[in-house]
Amino acid sequence: MNRRTLFKAVAALTLASGIGMAQAQDVLRLGAAAPQTGPLAGGAAVTHWPAVRLWVSQTNAAGGLQVGDRRMTIELIEYDDQTNPQQAIQAAQRLATQDQVDFMVAPYSTGLNLAAAPIFAQLGYPMVTGTAVTNNQPELAAQFPNMFFVLGRTGVMAEDIANVLVGMRERGEVGSRVALVNVADAFGIEMAGISRGVLESNGFEIVYQTSYPLGTQDLAPVIDGAKSAGAEAFVAWSYPGDTFALTDQAIVQNYAPQAFFTAVATAFPAYGARFGAQIEGVLGMGGVNADDAAFQEFAAAHTALAGQGPDYWASAATYGALQILGQAITGAGTTDRAAVLAYLQDRSHEYQTVLGPVNFNENNDNERYWTVGQWQGGVFRGVAARGRDGAVPVQVFDGWQ
Amino acid sequence: MFILITGLLLGGTYALIALGLNLQYGVARIMNLANGEMLVAGGFAAFWLYTAGQVNPIAALLVIAPLAFAANWLIYQVMLVPLVKRAKSRGALEVDSILATFGMSFAFVGIMSWIFGGGYFNYAFLATPVDLFGSSYAQNRVVAFVLAVLIGGALWLWLSFTRAGLNLRAVSVNPRSAPLVGIDVRAASALAFALGGAVTATGGALVSMFFTLDASVGVLFTMKALIIVIMGGVGDIRGTIVAAVLLGIAETAVARLIDPGLTLAAAYLLFLLVLLFRPQGLFGKAQT
Repeated sequence: MNRRTLFKAVAALTLASGIGMAQAQDVLRLGAAAPQTGPLAGGAAVTHWPAVRLWVSQTNAAGGLQVGDRRMTIELIEYDDQTNPQQAIQAAQRLATQDQVDFMVAPYSTGLNLAAAPIFAQLGYPMVTGTAVTNNQPELAAQFPNMFFVLGRTGVMAEDIANVLVGMRERGEVGSRVALVNVADAFGIEMAGISRGVLESNGFEIVYQTSYPLGTQDLAPVIDGAKSAGAEAFVAWSYPGDTFALTDQAIVQNYAPQAFFTAVATAFPAYGARFGAQIEGVLGMGGVNADDAAFQEFAAAHTALAGQGPDYWASAATYGALQILGQAITGAGTTDRAAVLAYLQDRSHEYQTVLGPVNFNENNDNERYWTVGQWQGGVFRGVAARGRDGAVPVQVFDGWQ
Repeated sequence: MFILITGLLLGGTYALIALGLNLQYGVARIMNLANGEMLVAGGFAAFWLYTAGQVNPIAALLVIAPLAFAANWLIYQVMLVPLVKRAKSRGALEVDSILATFGMSFAFVGIMSWIFGGGYFNYAFLATPVDLFGSSYAQNRVVAFVLAVLIGGALWLWLSFTRAGLNLRAVSVNPRSAPLVGIDVRAASALAFALGGAVTATGGALVSMFFTLDASVGVLFTMKALIIVIMGGVGDIRGTIVAAVLLGIAETAVARLIDPGLTLAAAYLLFLLVLLFRPQGLFGKAQT
């Protein structure tokens, strides 16, 4: 390369970067900190990251987000919070001060969302979460008016699995003896407590109740205990590793109650892939309207981008949370965070999402969501929901196929 | 009987997790905090071979174990030999190796999530019941237990009755005096570290038949392995196996008879008791 060509190249590069800078005004910087390592990395890799990246790539492919009279492409800046609340807070701070992002994606999981809520509030970023389930929306919304909840309330979910059992018993499909187990952390203890109350007030008998430490995958004793107690329904408030292990052990010990429910990860495609046809009739937490065209379109795009399908629950809520944020930015017509927050806080607004229309009540809470699903014909279909159409009837669990 | 067999099966799993670390710590004096990541790497390799190539995880050991042996030998030569060279005392080497392998564990997690993604990995292999004494157990756990017994037994025989094993034991007992009788301590340590890594990766491949793994789960296995190695006594294979089985049975008994929530408490209680009454471990020799 002679000197003149080198000059040309340098000049061209300078020009190109200059153009790049001129365009930079039309780039909206979106920060995202969520687990890429640590105990929740597995769940985030299924539910959180692909949905976030999908929304960004689709929005950019459509020419960007309409903000006032401009179309802004989105630049996604990702950080790993290591499933560590302290890191989640630091990452949010770094995104705001160092990277100066315009908006931030809420973190993954209830715990990390609660940990990051104060810093989001302090920095003035709207926080629309698709993976936080809690029962404290009123208190949280009062404390953090910038925090919005898409996925639903824990109390309602714990009630609804109990309601599903009540309905099945009325039809004579399940007996009254229930085994209730949970992972020994805030989520498991809270959910087990609520469902115990609902079950007992409906005349169910808890014949076996226990908890096991976080991370336990040797659960043969738990299944043996439930089996020996003659439990006709099995309800486990479990996390991914133990959801797999409990199902595996129930199959091995051929413990086939009339209803079998496990919580987180039952809606994962990996659960279906791991157990195939054996899990026909297994109940789980969450659900979607699997026959809905919007969900199917989302699932196809998700598979094309990430090489794996979305889960049948919070993937769509994570994607929906970003659709809501995007529509609020477009609606406000500005990247001014205070204006976007004001738009979100105006309860009259309704957002069109993959979940269907979403609006927020006075507690910043979405009142229309799925609560219980069931594996039917290789698909995890919603069987109970609040305010959503498309729930299919519960099928009787007919043992491990 | 259910408790006993389930406990034995769990003990076999624990032995697979801890045997490799015992070799690495007992002989090479490397307290390898990246032990769990090596285990997960073995599990991922088995997962990948099974899903991509339909290779039976047991057969896959023929590939995984030598690969892990070579990889660990290289890790020792490249990353750990400088520490060994500059360490003035055994204590200094332990501190340095803890720090170095702690760092390595993060690097491994990063590499694995880069290659395999952060998601959950599991597959169904021999996930069918086998009936023993009126209860059902998972075939894959039984197979893993049998292999744990075979591997533990083979290691013990090799260490006890071969010249190479004698060398390793000599280094384990007294690394300063071993060179005086013509033992190449560095080669013996490298061999022990590489062998330990191979055993750990083998354990990972077996454990992956019934555990759901992800790139970040290794630290749980490291913790368990540490407890078992220290309980059993550093540098003694029998101690590790006995401690693993004790822990397995104790945890299962507590889980079934009292409450599964207390399994961790039971494990640490047992650990405390051993530390209180036999600080050198069940089979360990008191330090002179």
